[in-house]
Amino acid sequence: MADVTLKDIRKVYPGGVEAVKGINFAIPDGGFCVLVGPSGCGKSTLLRMIAGLETITEGECRIGGRLVNEVEPADRDIAMVFQNYALYPHMTVYNNMAYGLRNRKTPEDEIRRRVAEAAKILAIEPFLDRKPKALSGGQRQRVAMGRAIVRKPQVFLFDEPLSNLDAKLRVHMRVEIKKLHTSLKVTSIYVTHDQVEAMTLADMIVVMSAGRVEQIGTPNEVYSRPESIFVATFIGSPAMNLLKGVVAGPGAVKLGETVLRVDTGGAAAGTAVLLGFRPDEAVLSKTGAARLDVSFVEELGPSRLYHGTLAGEEVTLQAPPHAADAKASLLCFDIPDRAMHLFDATSGRRIGA
Amino acid sequence: MVERRSFITVILPHIILIVGVAIVFFPVYLAFVASTWDPATIVNGQLGLMPGPYLIENYQRILFTGTSSSTREPVASMMFNSLIMALMIAIGKIIISIFSAFAIVYYRFPFRMTLFWIIFITLMLPVEVRIFPTYKIVADLGMLDSYTGLTIPLIASATGTLLFRQFFMTVPDELLEASKIDAAGPLQFFRDTLLPLSMTTIAALFVIQFIYGWNQYLWPLLITTKDSMQTIVIGIRKMITTQDALTEWQLAMATAMLALLPPVAVVISMQKLFVKGLVETEK
Repeated sequence: MADVTLKDIRKVYPGGVEAVKGINFAIPDGGFCVLVGPSGCGKSTLLRMIAGLETITEGECRIGGRLVNEVEPADRDIAMVFQNYALYPHMTVYNNMAYGLRNRKTPEDEIRRRVAEAAKILAIEPFLDRKPKALSGGQRQRVAMGRAIVRKPQVFLFDEPLSNLDAKLRVHMRVEIKKLHTSLKVTSIYVTHDQVEAMTLADMIVVMSAGRVEQIGTPNEVYSRPESIFVATFIGSPAMNLLKGVVAGPGAVKLGETVLRVDTGGAAAGTAVLLGFRPDEAVLSKTGAARLDVSFVEELGPSRLYHGTLAGEEVTLQAPPHAADAKASLLCFDIPDRAMHLFDATSGRRIGA
Repeated sequence: MVERRSFITVILPHIILIVGVAIVFFPVYLAFVASTWDPATIVNGQLGLMPGPYLIENYQRILFTGTSSSTREPVASMMFNSLIMALMIAIGKIIISIFSAFAIVYYRFPFRMTLFWIIFITLMLPVEVRIFPTYKIVADLGMLDSYTGLTIPLIASATGTLLFRQFFMTVPDELLEASKIDAAGPLQFFRDTLLPLSMTTIAALFVIQFIYGWNQYLWPLLITTKDSMQTIVIGIRKMITTQDALTEWQLAMATAMLALLPPVAVVISMQKLFVKGLVETEK
């Protein structure tokens, strides 16, 4: 096991496209780091650079303190799980798992022992003699993980491993991966565009956008204290509401005609800002100061989503079914102080605490 | 089944297919019938639709003795020559084209695409077009009347390279990457992963190229002068055009029947793999 340190990592493709623009962070030994971001944000490229499948244009990548920029993928002591599993179609499950060990001249009885062990952990023992073709998606995914486990690598790399599975299986495998990590305690890096996967699996989330890191933190930090408008809208579903406003003075923000008390940090009066709050944090009450003209309602079961406009801006509220009528056309609500997030409208960065 | 199963939909396709098979099969049957009679019956035009009594005699004579007038070689040795030639061409083509496709798809080297296009362009230059320069080179190298001279000029194959290239492009990149992480070098990836996956493509190419090699006419005609190097296709032609003796039709037909056997055997034995190789898309 080992920590992974990335220092000023950049990737420029021939032709000048800069996919990764200077990334710095460190994953502690045994940590579970999730790289999350929209497609094309460079998260997969970054993972592939750590794996050694892409060259690193600039910067340093260290695994367990060892600089691995020029090290072959096979010698980095990593194992990777691919989105499409990448199982060898002509080999049995057993041979798929044993292949990497054989290439490393592991003794045959040691291979048997390790494959049996991994098969037991993943509950794929009945399939060891089958070809991947005869397995379901979830089983293939397990074999792919088994192939990674038998190697006993220092780092696991997961490249969107669950996105080919159906929704139910995905939830199931997510739990399995979490369990696996809890029992094996191997440093893991996991790429996904699914924020639920990111929130549930990670000790450490790295939110990426356009080749840069937007925010690094625990799932709770990223959710409850987004550092930028991008993170605020990317993490959390339904997305955070953002209302345009102007700083009126220290601790005061003007939204239309209403003045709200918010921590404005050091922002000068007149700064254009966006005030954010999560749809489920608004408190519905008959006496609420804000009024939402509801245009349509989405029924989710445990809660409802009320889509509408507030002073001409799109706003969504989430409330349990007992809190308001499903056919309500007007909802009054308050935003508690602790639920408010203030962002600089030009830089997109967070203002205040 | 989309259509309703009625008399017409069941019987009509069968009738069409039976007629088609009959059209193709009848001349072959006639050749077989001719190969079982004596020359007098054939020349007198008394050949019926039933096989005659000379089956074993004719085949024995042609296989091990040869005709009396035109060729002195028995057909067994011609078949052996044809077999060697067809096998060398098929296997040689597969080996050369699988490696060149591997290089073109998996390696990044200068002028990769240029080389690919040069190979591609040779599709427009079959043996018939470049026959004189090729003959000159083979003659200068002293390869006339030899198996190498018969086969090497026909081995280079753009078709095979293209077929393998198209197949390799459908193999997911992740397999290569997984191999890299599993500590397999490039040639090990080729041997352990690519080659087993290519088996059906190899089979398809083998069938096509074996028949191509077996049916070669112009090139062996030019390059072989000795009777001992003759291929069966040349042999048949020599039997039919005789100068002053009667054509021994029963022997020519028997030879033709024998010439049919190896390609048919190859197609039948590899049919499953062959069809799979040409249509399979799932990897």
